[in-house]
This record gives sequence, C-alpha cells and structure tokens, in this order.
Amino acid sequence: MLAYLIRRLLNAVVTLLVVTLVTFGVFFLVPKATGSDPALLYIGKQADPVAVEGIRTKLGLNDPIIVQYGKFVKGIVAGRDYANGPDVTHCSAPCLGYTFKTNQEVWPILIKALPVTISLAIGAAVLWVLMGILFGVISALRRGSVWDRGVMTVALAGVSLPIYFTGLLALTIFVYGLDWLPNPEYTPFVDNPAKWFSGLILPWVTLAFLFAATYARLTRANMLETLGEDYIRTARAKGLRESTVIGKHGLRSGLTPLVTVFGLDLGALLGGAILTEAVFNLRGLGYWALNGIRTNDLPTILGVTLFAAFFIVIMNLIVDLLYGVIDPRVRLG
Amino acid sequence: MTTTPESVAGANPRPYLEVKDLNIRFETDDGIVQAVSGSSFSLEKGKTLGIVGESGSGKSVTSLGVLGLHRTRSNAKVTGEIWLDGEELVTSTDEKVRLLRGGKMAMIFQDPLSAMHPYFTVGSQIVEAYRVHHPRASKKEARERAIDMLARVGIPQPERRFSDYAHQFSGGMRQRAMIAMALINDPQLLIADEPTTALDVTVQAQILDLIRDLQEEFGSAVIMITHDLGVVAELADDVLVMYGGKIIEKGNAVDVFQNPQHPYTWGLLGSMPRLDRAVRDRLTPVKGTPPSLINLPDGCAFHPRCPFAGRNGTRSFTEVPLLRDAEVGNGHMVACHLPKEDRTKIFQQEVLPNL
Repeated sequence: MLAYLIRRLLNAVVTLLVVTLVTFGVFFLVPKATGSDPALLYIGKQADPVAVEGIRTKLGLNDPIIVQYGKFVKGIVAGRDYANGPDVTHCSAPCLGYTFKTNQEVWPILIKALPVTISLAIGAAVLWVLMGILFGVISALRRGSVWDRGVMTVALAGVSLPIYFTGLLALTIFVYGLDWLPNPEYTPFVDNPAKWFSGLILPWVTLAFLFAATYARLTRANMLETLGEDYIRTARAKGLRESTVIGKHGLRSGLTPLVTVFGLDLGALLGGAILTEAVFNLRGLGYWALNGIRTNDLPTILGVTLFAAFFIVIMNLIVDLLYGVIDPRVRLG
Repeated sequence: MTTTPESVAGANPRPYLEVKDLNIRFETDDGIVQAVSGSSFSLEKGKTLGIVGESGSGKSVTSLGVLGLHRTRSNAKVTGEIWLDGEELVTSTDEKVRLLRGGKMAMIFQDPLSAMHPYFTVGSQIVEAYRVHHPRASKKEARERAIDMLARVGIPQPERRFSDYAHQFSGGMRQRAMIAMALINDPQLLIADEPTTALDVTVQAQILDLIRDLQEEFGSAVIMITHDLGVVAELADDVLVMYGGKIIEKGNAVDVFQNPQHPYTWGLLGSMPRLDRAVRDRLTPVKGTPPSLINLPDGCAFHPRCPFAGRNGTRSFTEVPLLRDAEVGNGHMVACHLPKEDRTKIFQQEVLPNL
C-alpha cells in the first residue's frame, strides 16, 4: 500500500513535469514561430531596441529553450533571480514569473484567486451531487412515469444549455429582475459567512444545474442497472425493507461509478470554471486564465495551466486510492 | 379467479404450502408474458418437491411468486392462492409477506457470486438477514449466530471467512455461504433455485448432501428447482414438470421417473446422459426450442415439438389439454390428449427401449 502510494505520487510529479514542459514549449515556442517576441509583449511594441534587448537578457530569452525551461522549473522549486547586469529582481519560490502587462508576481495572484475557485467548485459540487443523486434515484424508481420523463427532460436541457445562457438568464431574473439576490461577488468565508453564501449562491446553482443534469442521468442509469442485479433480489428475499434494499444495497453499488466522474469533474473545476467566473465576474483561476489568454500573458497562462493540471492529477490520485476502499474487489498493491 | 367456498370450509387441514391456480403474468412492451398459468401444487414439511423444466418454463417465476418477490415489479400481476401455514399470501399486505420472506420461507439462488452483494462482506450480509427477523438481537449475538451457521454449512475457519467478500470465496464455499444466509432464520419452507448449476460436479454432490442433511435437521419443506433430472431423482419426493408456464405432469418422483406419462418428460429423460447403459450413437434431445410465453402455440403448447401430436386427431393443435388424472394410480397427473392406453403403448414400445 505504501509502495503503491509512493509510486503514484512519483507518477503525479512526473505528470506535472510533463505538463510544464508541454505548456512551456507551446507558449514560448509559438510566439517565436509566429514572429511575435515575448520581450516585445512584455515591454510594448514601440520600445527602444536597447531596452528590449535588456529585457530579453533579464528574462533569459536569449538562452536555449531547454535552459529557459530549466530556469522556470528551478524558479518553482527554489526561486530565481532575473538579472541584467546590476539590475537584479529576485522572485522567491515558488516563482511562476511576472505578468507581462502589470509586472506582478503570478504566484500570489493565483493563490489569491484560489479560494474563489475553491468556494465556487465545492459549493456547486455539494449542490449538484445532492440534486443529481436525488433526482436520478427517484427517476430510476419511477421509471417511465411522468416524473421520470419530466426530470430527464429538464436534465437534457441542463446538459444542453451553455452556462453563459443559464447564467445570464439567472442574473437577469433573480438579481436585476426580482432583486432577490445581491450581485454575485466573492467575500471570504472567514470575513462574513452569510455574505459569502449569498454572493455565491447564484453561481453555485447555475454551475450545479449543468452538472446535476449529467449526474441525474448517470445515477438513473446506474441505479436501473443495479436494481436489476441478482443481489438486489437476494436482499428482497431476505425480507429487508424496500427502503433498505434501495438505500443501502442499491445506492452502494449504484453510486460507486459516480466517484470517478465526480473526482474528475471536481478536479477540472478547481482548475478554474472559466465560463461561470466570467459570467458572474468572480476573480478565480478561470478569470485569470481568460485574462491571460486575452492579453497574451504567457506567465499567467502557464501558471493557471499548472494549477489546473495539479488539481486533475491530485483528484485522479484520490479517486484511485478511494476505489481501493469503496470497492473491495480492487486490490491496491 | 373464482374461489370456491368449499376450499375455505374444507374438512382436511391444509398442507404446509398449498398453491392453487397460480397465475403470474408480466405486462411488457412486447406484450403480455403469461409466465405461469393455473399452477396448483402442495407440499408438506419435511418433504421435497422437485420442479423440472427448461429455461423459461415458469419454474423460477413460480417460486419467486411464492416468496412474493413479484410485488416489487409494477408490471407483474399475480392471481390465485398461496397458502403458507394457514395464511393466504396473494391477498396479504406487502409488509406481512416481507416479514415471512427470509424468515418462514427462504430462498437459495442459482449463481451465488451475482446473488451476493459485492461490496458487503459475506458475514455482514448474513447478519443482516438475521437481524431483519430478530430486531432485538444484538450485533454480537447476530455475529455469533452467523459464524455458527457458516460452520454448520461446512465452511472452514468461519470466524475468518465471516469478514471476507463473496469474490474471495470459491464457488462451492460461496454456495454454502448462500445456504447459510437462507437458513439463518430456520425457514420452514426452503426454495432452492438451481443451487448446483454454477458448481463443479464434485461440489454439486456435496451441496445436495448438505441441503438434504439440513432439511432432515430442520424438518423444512424444500422446493428444488432444477433442469437436472439427476438432482430430482436424488432428492425429490414429488415432481412437477413444467412447460410453457404450465404444469404438464405431476406425481410421485419414483412414478414420474419409472412411468412418465407426458411426451415432454420422455424427451427430458431421453436427453439425460446415462452411464449405466451401453453407449449408443447419441442422446435424443427434445427437438425445437421452448415456446415464447408471449405467444404460446395454439392447443397443447408442446405440440410443435411433440413427435406424437397428430396420433389421435387434431385435438393437440386446437385444444389446450388440462392437467388430469393419468389413470395410472398414485395421484399421478398429466396434461396430454393421448389416452392412457396410447401413452402406455408408446412409452413401452417406442420410448423406453431408447432411454
């Protein structure tokens, strides 16, 4: 078990290294290929050639790409100095460099954005898991009924409608129309839990609607399959209450496959819910990702990508470890 | 279904299990599946009833009907009477039948790997079965009882195996655990649905021995569902032969084996491999395939596969034969249009020499 864990952790580190390599390669090679110069992006187009050359030296853009990559990784692990002769800027670990446009350190920006994204993702996840499972199970139990068809139709709508549509619709109705909710904004939980909640409830619901739809359909399909299993018949033959048959024997196997999907979905969301954050103007990782892309800010893009990859890898690992616990047929080792 | 008043005021006490005119049908998208029609049989404590037939002949559906397991399926319709120990079950409430299920009547299923929950330990599943019917029993008491039962069905190191999962058991041990689970509440009626089908031949005999021993010990009534005539010959006192959802032959096990009356039973016997006879060219299977229960053939459901169907006119093609006295004594009954003389003659002259 311990050996397995260590192997998986090493695996995760290697995966992240590969992600940095690929992202670094793409974002620093592509500008070169298209003729745009990172130094120019940094300093602006009408700059004095001497200044541009200085920046190029300072950012290490004259080094071979592999050396640049090495410096980048070293920056994350140990920090790095950007030096142009006597002009030295120290960037302490973990260093993801400076934004081109505003010349801020990337790491603190992302760390500050992280609670927003985590709040958004976790809150929405709680909602969509509860709603998805509830509606999925009821649909499965009332298969073919008006209820089942209704839920599945709404679920289909949920899967098909893009978040910038449902999000704007929700904003228009509940914030600007009925004035039931304040304009969505992020307040740290520790500062004011009530404000944290009321500021995020609309983004949660909107995001959860999209996922709950998928989860309801998944739950329904899994439950229908499980309820047809022989061991459910055995549970009934033992004289168990129908509530125990469904709630214990049925859910236990009906929901297990959801763990995988949930881990990956949550991992992906933790890397930034770009559309939701954009629609509701929440400054999470997704906002900075979008911002970075819009302004061609390579260090930001690189940083957000790394964060996103980190969450995916970690959630994957957690799911795999969890499977060893929830499914006794999976033996880790 | 009409219930005659004499059945209520009848002079004889009821047998432990009495099934009268049981009909089970399922409404599916493809049409109505008439899985069991007009089945009647009875069983006393300490006796074993064998139900024989091909897949889809209605034998499993009958037994699930006795347990009331069709109640949870909204598309199932059950009519008739099922009397267990003086109580009528078809008209009973769901809750009443649930409390009998797993308690007074229990079932051993065919494939114990799929019939046991993969995510719960074998022990906890047995404990669960015990505690439903003994709500006041402590966890410790239930655990001891389960371990005791595992030991009784011949599982070595029961304390250790208690915490294992079904997939960690061998096939034979799994079936033993399944039996332990069924017997945990001392059921008076035990239904075994092809309990040996998924097992090695050597293990099959052990399991059958086990069921017989436990039956003697507990004095329960046993219904043994099987398509293996050898199992029936080994264990059953009485035999029902089912075809197309109907009982087509019924009688004492020895009678049914030695003097079978229905051409389908002849076919079953003919398709059974035997070592005590000289090796001939080949087994004689029953030709054709079992009928669809949605669309049974007109007349006798077996007529398309019956080599003797046209021998006495066209009745077999148009008229459904009723289960009636076969006129060979001992309560032996058959549903066949052939008169007794023809049946005896055909069996003696055409069938028996080839068995």
